[in-house]
Amino acid sequence: MSRRTFLGAGGLFAFLLIWELVARSGVVEATLLPAPSKLPATLISEVTLGFWHKMVLASLNHYLIGLISGSLLGVLVGSAVAMFPTLDAVQSWLARLLRPIPPLAWIPFAIIWFGISETAAAFIIAIGVFWINYFTAYTAVRAVDPDLIELAASFGHRSLGASLRKVIMPAAAPGILSGLRAGLGQGWMTVVAAELFGITGIGQRMNEAAGLLATEVVIVYMLTIALLYGLSDMLFVAAQNRVLRWQR
Amino acid sequence: MAAIVELNGIAAQFPGAEKPVFADIDLSIARGEFVIVVGASGAGKSTLLRVIAGLLAPSSGTIAHEIENRPDRREIAMVFQEARLMPWRKVSDNVALGLEGLTVSADERKQRIADALKLVGLADYGNRWAHELSGGQRQRVGIARGLAVDPDLLLMDEPFGALDAITRQSLQDELLRIWKETGKSILFVTHDIDEAVYLGDRVLLLGGAPAKVVRSYDVDAPRPRSREGEEVGRVGAQVKADLSTLFDEGGGI
Repeated sequence: MSRRTFLGAGGLFAFLLIWELVARSGVVEATLLPAPSKLPATLISEVTLGFWHKMVLASLNHYLIGLISGSLLGVLVGSAVAMFPTLDAVQSWLARLLRPIPPLAWIPFAIIWFGISETAAAFIIAIGVFWINYFTAYTAVRAVDPDLIELAASFGHRSLGASLRKVIMPAAAPGILSGLRAGLGQGWMTVVAAELFGITGIGQRMNEAAGLLATEVVIVYMLTIALLYGLSDMLFVAAQNRVLRWQR
Repeated sequence: MAAIVELNGIAAQFPGAEKPVFADIDLSIARGEFVIVVGASGAGKSTLLRVIAGLLAPSSGTIAHEIENRPDRREIAMVFQEARLMPWRKVSDNVALGLEGLTVSADERKQRIADALKLVGLADYGNRWAHELSGGQRQRVGIARGLAVDPDLLLMDEPFGALDAITRQSLQDELLRIWKETGKSILFVTHDIDEAVYLGDRVLLLGGAPAKVVRSYDVDAPRPRSREGEEVGRVGAQVKADLSTLFDEGGGI
C-alpha cells in the first residue's frame, strides 16, 4: 500500500471516529447528527423495506434519460455550431442569454409543462448536462487543427462526412469525452434537486425523511449518491482510457 | 520525356485580395523528373502546390494531367512541412490514410503499407504512435503515406524545413534513393538553395508580385552528386545571385 493510500484511508477513518465521538458525547442532539455506527442498520432497513432500490432505480432512470438526451444534444449542437460560422453567429447571443440560467431555475416550467413526472426530472437534468456538453464540444471542435483537415482532403477525404470521420471527431474526442464526464457529475447534482418536488426518487425520499427528522436516512441516501457518482465516474474513466489510449 | 502534369497560364488569387499571388505560371513536369521551386516567402510556392493538388481552384489557366487514373491509386500525393501525422493513429494507420477510399483489398493495403514503410526505412515502426517518433522519423512516415497511394507525382512542401541540419541531409539522400527506386516525379518546394541544387534536375525561381517564374535553371550534374560539386555550386551561386537581385528590386517580398 502506498503512503498516499495509507494516509487517505487514515484521514477517512479519523473523520468517522471524530464524528462518532461527537455524536455519542451528547453535545449535539441525535436527530441533528446521527452517529455513523447507526448507518448500516438504517441502510439494511431501507433495503428490506424495499425503499432503497426503488428510489435508486427511479433516480437512475431520470438520470440516464436526462444524461443521454442532454449529452447527445449538447455534443451535436456544440459541434455543429463550431463547424458552421453562420450558425455560430446566429446562436451566439441566444447561447449567451440561456447558458447562465441554472438548470434548477427551469423547475417551475418543467412542472408546468410536464407535471410532477419522470419527464420533468429528466428535463431538468438534461438542461444542465446539455450546456456542459455544448460548450466542451464547441471548444473541442473549434480547436481541431485545420492542417489535418487539409491533409485528409489532399488524400481524397473531402466531403463533410469524411472530414468528420477521419479528422474532426477523433481530434475532438478528448475534449468531448471530458465534457461527457463533467456532465456525469452535473447530472447527479441536479437529480436530487429535481426530485425534491415530489417526483419519486432519492431526492424525494430524502425530503420525506428530513420532514420526519430521520436524519440517518438522509445520510444513507447522501452516501448512496456519492457511491453512484463514484461508480459511474470510475466506469466512464475506464472507457475513456480505452478510447484515448493514443494519448500520452 | 512525356509531361505528366502541364500548367498553362495558371493564376491563383485569395478571396478579397487585390491582386493574384501568382499569375501566368507555365510549368511542365516530365515523368520521373525532380523539379524544385524556390523563391522568397510570399511568392506563393505552397499555394502553387495546393493548386496542383486540387486543394485550391486556380483563378485562371488550365492544368492537364497525363496521369493514369485508376481506382487503386491517387495520381498526386502531398508531403507537408510539418509531418502532419494524426496522433490518434498508429504509424501504419497514418500511412493507410490515402488508401482508405481507394479500391484496395485488405491484403494489398497491408502489403502497400509495409512496402512504403520499408522504403523509408521504418519497416519495424508500424505499430508505434506518432509521438514516439523523432522529427526525422515523423517526416519519413509523411513520405511513406504519400508513396503508399502509388502516385505519379509527389508534391513536397518544404518537407525538411523544420529538421536539424544533419537529419535534413540524411533525409535528402534518402529521398534521392527513394526517387531513384520508384521513378516518381517530384515537385519540391524549398527556400534552401543548397538543397534545391543538390536535389533537383531543374530549379524554378518564383518572384515578383504577382509572382511568376522568373528563371529556370537546369542542374546538369551527374548523379550521385556531391554537395560540393562544381556544377551544383555554380548553379547554386547563380540562383542566390538572382534571388538577391529580386530582393533589391523589391519584387521578392
